[in-house]
Amino acid sequence: MNDSNPKKPGPDGADEGNGPEGAKKAPQGAEPPVAAPTTPTDGKTSVSGAASKGAPKVPEKSGKPSSAPGKSGAAGAPVAKKMAKSSAPEPAYTLSYSPHVRRRISVQSIMVDVLVALLPATLVGLYQFGWYGLVVILLCVGGCLGVEAVGQKMMGQKVTVSDGSAAVTGLLLALSLPPRAEWWLCAIGALAGIGLGKLVFGGLGYNPFNPAILARVVLLISFPAQMTSFVTPSPWGLDAVTTATPLNLLQEARIRGLGLGEAAHTDLLAAFLGGIPGSLGETSALAVLLGGLYLLWRGHINWDVPVGMLGTMALVSGLFWWHDPAHYMPPAFHLVTGGAMLVAFFMATDMVTSPLTRKGRVIFAVGCGLLTIVIRMWGGYAEAISFAVLLMNAAVPIIDRYTAPRLYGARKRGGL
Amino acid sequence: MIRRFRSFFGGIHPQYRKELSATGAIETLPLPDQVVVPLLQHIGKPAEPVVKVGDTVRTGQVVGTASGVVSVSVHATLSGTVTGIATIAHPSGREVKGVVIESDGADNWIDLEPCEEWPSLPPQAVRERVSAAGIAGLGGATFPTHVKLSPPEARPVDTLIVNGVECEPYLTADHRLMLEHTGQVVAGAVLVSRVLGVSRVIFGIEDNKPDAVQAIEAEIRRVAGSSAGFEVPVTVGVLPTKYPQGGEKQLIAVLTGHEVPSGGLPVDVGVVVHNVGTCAAVFDAVRHGRPLVERVVTVTGEGLKRPGNVRVRLGTPARLLVEHFGGMVGEVGKVVFGGPMMGVAQYNLEVPVIKGTSGILIIPRDHIDTDDIRPCIRCSACIEVCPIGLLPNMISVCAEMRAFGESEQYHPFDCIECGCCSYVCPSYRPLVQMIRFAKTEVQHLKAKH
Repeated sequence: MNDSNPKKPGPDGADEGNGPEGAKKAPQGAEPPVAAPTTPTDGKTSVSGAASKGAPKVPEKSGKPSSAPGKSGAAGAPVAKKMAKSSAPEPAYTLSYSPHVRRRISVQSIMVDVLVALLPATLVGLYQFGWYGLVVILLCVGGCLGVEAVGQKMMGQKVTVSDGSAAVTGLLLALSLPPRAEWWLCAIGALAGIGLGKLVFGGLGYNPFNPAILARVVLLISFPAQMTSFVTPSPWGLDAVTTATPLNLLQEARIRGLGLGEAAHTDLLAAFLGGIPGSLGETSALAVLLGGLYLLWRGHINWDVPVGMLGTMALVSGLFWWHDPAHYMPPAFHLVTGGAMLVAFFMATDMVTSPLTRKGRVIFAVGCGLLTIVIRMWGGYAEAISFAVLLMNAAVPIIDRYTAPRLYGARKRGGL
Repeated sequence: MIRRFRSFFGGIHPQYRKELSATGAIETLPLPDQVVVPLLQHIGKPAEPVVKVGDTVRTGQVVGTASGVVSVSVHATLSGTVTGIATIAHPSGREVKGVVIESDGADNWIDLEPCEEWPSLPPQAVRERVSAAGIAGLGGATFPTHVKLSPPEARPVDTLIVNGVECEPYLTADHRLMLEHTGQVVAGAVLVSRVLGVSRVIFGIEDNKPDAVQAIEAEIRRVAGSSAGFEVPVTVGVLPTKYPQGGEKQLIAVLTGHEVPSGGLPVDVGVVVHNVGTCAAVFDAVRHGRPLVERVVTVTGEGLKRPGNVRVRLGTPARLLVEHFGGMVGEVGKVVFGGPMMGVAQYNLEVPVIKGTSGILIIPRDHIDTDDIRPCIRCSACIEVCPIGLLPNMISVCAEMRAFGESEQYHPFDCIECGCCSYVCPSYRPLVQMIRFAKTEVQHLKAKH
C-alpha cells in the first residue's frame, strides 16, 4: 500500500532527515507539507510512526525523550530550526560528526599558559628595571592587540584577539626589548610583528616567521642604536646606569681585534640568576628556564627544540672554547647571555613556525643552535639568536617535506 | 597462553567511562510491538525485499535476500504482519528501505535446523549456514561475515585474530558477551579458525578487562583436546588500554608485527579479524541454525538514568531501549549510535537498532562543545596521536582551501577515521570530517578524469 501512495514524499521526507545529509535534505523533502498527524487515513506510510496506532502516536513520541526541547522542536540547536520547517516536530538533538568527546584544551588555554610561563621573567624584569618596564609591556601588548584588531577589521575578517596569541607576541616582544625602549620603538615593533609578521600571511597559523622575532629583527636592523642601549639592573631600577650587554662587549672587542675584551670577565652566575644588563626579560636565565619548564610540564612545548638548540650551542661553542679558550667564550656564557633561554623556550618552540614532527624539530633546533653560534662568533650582530631562528623558520616547509611521519603500511620511510 | 603485547604508535587515552555499564549483566528487552528492519545493515548492497505488505512472517524468516556477493540477508526479528516496506530512519543517516513488522506477540519462530555435529561440519557447510543467517561483522564495520570466511585462494590466511578489544569508550557489550557467553564466543572462534584453515589464533583483549581475559582463557583450556577445541595454537593477547587499539590495522600490527599494506586488506598479510560478537553469532548460526535477529547493545551515557547492557531484537527503536533503562535525565544534547569516538549522532529516538549498533550513548547538553573552529596552529597534536602516521592537519587545510588534488599527497585514503586527531585538536577543527570531505572530493575528481 505504501508504494502506491501518492503522498509518500511527505511523511517519508519528514521521517528520514537524520544524519548530516538527511538534515540538509529534510526541508526540500517536505515540500508537500503533509505532517504525519494529518495523514490518519494512511498513517501506515509514516513508517516509524507506528502504523497500527496511527497519527496520535506521533506527537506522543516526539515529546517522549525527557526534557529535550520537546514538541516545539525549534527551541534547541540550529538543527532544530531546520527540522521545524520539515513539519515533523521532532525533539532536536545536536547532529555533528564524530568524535563526540574532546580533550578540554583550546588555543586560548595554551596561550594563557604561555603568559603564565612568562610571569617569572616578567617579574624579575620589572624588579630590575622599575615601572618603566611595565610601560614597555603595556605598550607592546596593547599595540599587538590593537594592530591585530584593527587589521582584521580592515580586512573584513573576524577579530580573533581573544585567542591570546597577539598578547603572547606582545609580551615576548616587550621582554626582548631594551628596558628603556621608547614608546615608538614598541609601536613599530607591534606593527612589524603583527602586521608584517602575521596578518599579511593570513593570521594565526599561516605565518611562516615567529612574529615576536620578526619584530625584534626589524627593529634591530632599523634602529641599531636604540636597540642596543641598555641599563644596569638594580632594585626597582632606581640606580640604572647606561651600559652594554656582555654580548655587545664581546662583539665590539671582536670587531676591534681585542680578543674577548671585557666580556671575559662576565659573572656567569650573575648572568644565570639575573644581575647583568640585558633586555627587559632576558637578564635572568633562571626565571626564563622556570617558565620553560612549566610549559614542558604542561605539555605545550616539546623538549626537542630547547634541548636540541641549547645543546648544539653548547657543543659547538664548547669545541671552539676547548680548542682556544683565549679567543672563545665558554659554552655556559652562550647559554646564559642574551636571548638564548627566552628564544629557545618561547620562540623557537612556537608551534606555528616550527616543524611538525620530532625528527623535523630536531633538525630545526640543531640548525638554530648552529646558526646562533656562527653569527655570534663571526657575524655582525650581537643578537644572533633572533636571526638564526628567523632563518630556520624559513626552512620549515622544506624540513616538513622530508620528515613526514612513517605511514602505517608504507614500505618506504619518510618523504611524501 | 596469556601473553602481554606492547602498544601501537599514536592513539589517545580518553575518559573510558566503562564503569557506567561494565557491571550490568546483559538484560533482555521485552519484545517490542513493532520492529523496523532495514534492508541495509551491512557494508555492501542492500538486501532485496522478498515479502509484501500484508504478509505474515515468523521470527527468523528471511524478509530480504542478499543481492550479490557483498551483501547479506535480513530476517524478520518478530513474528507478525508486514505493515510497510518504505524508506525509514536509518542510523547511518542514509536513505534506506526497511520492512516494518507488527508483532503478533507470539514470537513464533521458523523451524530451526540445529546441528549437533557442528565441530565436524565441513567448511563450505559452515559458510552456507553463516551466509543464510545473515551475519555481518558485529564490531561496527558490518562487513559480510561469509565473505571474510572465504578468502581468495591466492592469499592463504594463517592467522585468525578474535577482536575483543572494545576500545571505544563507554561501550561494554563485547565485554559482557565475553563474560556471560564465553562458550559461544570461543566455539564460534573455533569454527571460524577451522573454516579459514589458519595455523594460529590470537584473541586480542585490552588490559582493562582482566576478567574477560581470564574467562576466555579458562574456556579455551576447558574445551582443549575435545572435538570442540582449537586444533591450532591459541594465544590470549592482553593489550595496553589505548584508543584505537581495536582498530583492525592497529590490532594486526601489535599482535602479528605485520602492517597491512597501504590500500590493502588484512588478507594481504595473511590475517583475518573477527569480532567476538560475530564469533558468537557464527556459533549460534552453525550450532542452532539461528539467523541473526538480535544483538547485545550497551545503552549508556551521563544522560541516561541507569546505564546497562541489553539483548534486543534488530529493528527495535532506540526509544524502547532508553525507556528500559529508566529514560533520560537532564537536558540531552546528543544521541549517538555507537561509541563516542566513531558513533553517529541521531536526531531522534525512532532510529532502529541494526546489526552494527554496539551502543546507544546519551550525552547531556552541557557535555557538548559548541566552540568555533579556529585555524590550525600546527601544534602537531593530531600528528602525534594519528595511529596511521598521517598529517591530519595538512589534509584539513587542503580541504579547507578546496585544494583536493594537493590533499592527495597526504594520503587521506589511509585514514581509518578513528577520530583521535579531532579529539586532541586545540583549535576544535573537525579533522575527521574534513578528511572524509577530501576523500569524497578526490574520488569525484578521479571519476571525472
